[in-house]
Amino acid sequence: MHAPAPTAAPKISARHVSVHYGRKQAIDDVSIDVDMENVTAFIGPSGCGKSTFLRTLNRMNDTIPTARVAGDIRLDGEDIYAADMDVVQLRARVGMVFQKPNPFPKSIYENVAYGPRIHGLAANKAELDHIVERSLTRAGLWGEVKDRLSDSGTALSGGQQQRLCIARAIAVDPEVILMDEPCSALDPIATAKIEELVHELRGKYAIVIVTHNMQQAARVSQRTAFFHLGTLVEYGVTSQIFTNPRQERTKDYITGRYG
Amino acid sequence: MNEHTVKVFDNELGQLRGLVAQMGGLAEQAIEQAVAALVRGDLTAAARVVEGDRRIDVLEEEVEGLAVQLIALRAPMADDLREVLTGMKFANTLERVADHAKNIAKRVSEIDTSVRIEPMSVLPAMASVAGEMLHDVLDAFAARDVEAARRVCERDRAVDDLYNSIFRALVTFMMENPKSISQAAHLLFIAKNLERIGDQATNLAEMVHYAATGERMVERERAS
Repeated sequence: MHAPAPTAAPKISARHVSVHYGRKQAIDDVSIDVDMENVTAFIGPSGCGKSTFLRTLNRMNDTIPTARVAGDIRLDGEDIYAADMDVVQLRARVGMVFQKPNPFPKSIYENVAYGPRIHGLAANKAELDHIVERSLTRAGLWGEVKDRLSDSGTALSGGQQQRLCIARAIAVDPEVILMDEPCSALDPIATAKIEELVHELRGKYAIVIVTHNMQQAARVSQRTAFFHLGTLVEYGVTSQIFTNPRQERTKDYITGRYG
Repeated sequence: MNEHTVKVFDNELGQLRGLVAQMGGLAEQAIEQAVAALVRGDLTAAARVVEGDRRIDVLEEEVEGLAVQLIALRAPMADDLREVLTGMKFANTLERVADHAKNIAKRVSEIDTSVRIEPMSVLPAMASVAGEMLHDVLDAFAARDVEAARRVCERDRAVDDLYNSIFRALVTFMMENPKSISQAAHLLFIAKNLERIGDQATNLAEMVHYAATGERMVERERAS
């Protein structure tokens, strides 16, 4: 197993994680640490298990009846699969952004305000306004939408919708943000804005990004994990993975020789 | 080495290697011919070496153009990236090696072969060691052979020793034959050119090591 020591105390620490969908094993004995200082990218061919593994980190796989997760995953040392873990609370702490932007069919304001409201993070309208503004600002969207907060979220462009989804994730003050191919439906300019945003959010949140775009992994992350056939093949400093990978399989994949 | 899914990428990398190998072959030939022209006092052959250097300059530009294109269009990673960068650096260094050969050729007209300057007899030996180093490092590049690259580095000492002995011999010669100082000075520059070719072959060997392993050749290996 190739897991370099992280630079700080791990935010998320996964040990010997295996995932089955029914009889099919999707993840086999993966151990990895994720810290606050570094953006971590998961790369690998389709079906390698990177998205499945990402989803174990906030128990999104719970929604799939056949999925079984074994192993130990800790958030700040706390077992997230413990019987007394509040899954709704967990998903507020470990937010997620998906491949296709999926804003609620509500106003821009409501998209961001919804989470803080149900989690009781704002005592009054003024506080809620403040959270909405701060979240949209952090997501790099405030300037573009501040004069039309009551417009529908779905009326925004794809890139803006994705930043709205990031603002929505940020609004509940998470500790970790999981991004599952957040740019695959976006054009290059919208992609660049998301990547810039990832840079700005780095350090404020632990960020894990799954991407098919290796240049993107190289650009936005400081740590890269390469998954193949459900196993973690190599995990290391991004610059090393992309200039001098230790594993033959990693090299074949990133240089375009896989398959 | 597995092939790339995108076949044209393999073709372009092969093309880059081919251009570098071609430059290397021409540079090697230029050294040989320049020193042969020097020994025989053959001005026509020397002029051909000077003329031939243009071809090497053109090839260097082609390598750079292709490397830039590969980086822009293929976004090479890992060993591919190192290969492209090394190809470009190789071309730059080979161009300078060829310049040294050209400089030697240019001095042929300044040397009067009727005057016997004893230390001159060492130059062909020195040229052959430097030329072999260049030849072997080109083979090492083609084969990504780290061990062969290391052996090239080990031979640089021999070129340096030859240079030092020529230097001392020429200084002695100048003191004894003040009338031939300018000729001896030209020979000293020629020896220096050959010594630099040995250094550059060593640099090329270090590049081969990096391309093959992703690691710099450590000082200990270079010195041993």
